[in-house]
Amino acid sequence: MTKNPHARKQYVRKQYWNEPTMGWYERAYLPEILRGLAITSRVFLRNMFKWMTGRKGALTTYYPEETRWDYAAGNRGKHILTRRPDGSPQCIACNMCATVCPAKVIEIDAGFNPADAAHPKFPTRFEIDYSRCIFCGLCVEACPEDAIRMVKEVPNLPSGDRRTMWIAREELLNWQPRDDVAKPYPPPPSPAPARSQP
Amino acid sequence: MIQDLVIAIVFITYAISVLMGFGTILTWVERKQAAVMADRIGANRAYLRIPFTQVKLVWLGLFHGMADGLKMLLKEDFKPKTYDWYAYMVAPWVVFTPVLLVFAVVPFGGVLIPGELIPWLSGWFGDRAYPMQIANLDAGLLIVFAFGGISIIGAMLAGWSSANKFSLLGALRAGSQMISYELIMAMTLLGLILVYGTVDLDEMVRYQSGIVLGFLPAWGIVLQPFAATLFLTAAIAENKRIPFDLPEAESELIAGYFTEYSGMKMGLFMFAEFIEIAIIGALFTTLFLGGYNLPFMTDSGFSFPGGYELALPHAAVVLIQLATFLAKVFVICSFQILIRWSLPRFRWDQVLRFAWKFMFPLALANLIVTVFFVWALQ
Repeated sequence: MTKNPHARKQYVRKQYWNEPTMGWYERAYLPEILRGLAITSRVFLRNMFKWMTGRKGALTTYYPEETRWDYAAGNRGKHILTRRPDGSPQCIACNMCATVCPAKVIEIDAGFNPADAAHPKFPTRFEIDYSRCIFCGLCVEACPEDAIRMVKEVPNLPSGDRRTMWIAREELLNWQPRDDVAKPYPPPPSPAPARSQP
Repeated sequence: MIQDLVIAIVFITYAISVLMGFGTILTWVERKQAAVMADRIGANRAYLRIPFTQVKLVWLGLFHGMADGLKMLLKEDFKPKTYDWYAYMVAPWVVFTPVLLVFAVVPFGGVLIPGELIPWLSGWFGDRAYPMQIANLDAGLLIVFAFGGISIIGAMLAGWSSANKFSLLGALRAGSQMISYELIMAMTLLGLILVYGTVDLDEMVRYQSGIVLGFLPAWGIVLQPFAATLFLTAAIAENKRIPFDLPEAESELIAGYFTEYSGMKMGLFMFAEFIEIAIIGALFTTLFLGGYNLPFMTDSGFSFPGGYELALPHAAVVLIQLATFLAKVFVICSFQILIRWSLPRFRWDQVLRFAWKFMFPLALANLIVTVFFVWALQ
């Protein structure tokens, strides 16, 4: 008999190291079913007992009534605006954070301050919409002036109305750091000689 | 007689409100029990606000059933382009009605003597006595099977008339599965009929208030433990619930034979399923758990194995019997929900193999052993 060159090789099923094997006890079906039912009913009774004795049987957190205290160490949940020693915002309203923001949540209106020659632009309005913020931190990286940062605390966000989830300039600015490592502000220029008025 | 009519109306109202109550409560029980079994909390957001106040009643999420009902009533009533509009419309009712009718022959209490219960009506009622059962039929168990079989037609009608391949597949599965398991249910109960010597459900309950082996109550689960297990399994399969929910396997068939139904029509299918849980509980209680009686209890009071008798007033007996029946039914319902949230679904070939190659021979063996025992004891 000639060998057929086109004959396919017999398929041999691969044997895995954890191939399930069932003995007669597992095949009898009912004992294992009962064991499974015992496990689930044990969990049920344990949780019911916990609940009846005033403890919580579930692992769930009742958000927003309950919030977790154990946020991760690296969690950054809120933006702040740093300030200069004289209290004005360090932000120069360059709009780089608003441009880089993937969720487009930052809204800035710039104002003009002729008295400060080094930083004539400043934000008159700086608002963040937390209902859309994804907390990516790109705004912090984009900022050339180290004006916006993210801190560990979380704003009190839960609300039934998305219009209440905006945080405005005044709240962003009341960051009271214990040790501010913001870059030192250059010494104020010596008073310029009085110009002659036309 | 006008008295009979009044009593019949009272019984029917009670039975329907019990069934509807179970159907509503079980939606909540199912959610909550599943949640507690899985270390979760479960539905707890729906609330009723007391008008003109800010007091919100949550009551552990008990109002989610009301929210569901409202949602189903207000949803769009989707109409598929079907060629058999009449069958499509009638199918949910064909599923739902027999489920309610089965309860007609299930006794939910012993004998009620209204004249003794309500003294100021004793003149009108005289000494009439009514078994607490809507229809006191000799052929009780046969009626159960007759009506239980009808709901298969509803499932198949729904699947056929939906003009949807998923529905049709679900209906095919429902038909073959329910017919197979109906047979096994009947086979398991044949042994019970031999032992009790009757198919009248009320007679069966009376038999079970006796004593076997000197100390055990003569409950069906004591006399026929195998039959009890097989019956409960077959009944769950008959109800198309996990692990036998092949006809509506969500991961394969969307929703099986009621894929094309929406709104309250779908709600009827779901409600029928939940009421059937209670019906299975009621049947299991009646056939295997001594029905409405506590152990060693009869209509006149308790008679414990030591020959100790405890007579009870009629009102106490009636109340205990009603409460006992509801409690037993609730425990069985809860057990069914435990099974539903513990076991994974069978594969389709496994369901039929399990029916014909495993349960059917076991039911036959149980029947044969019972026949020999009954014959030897006579």
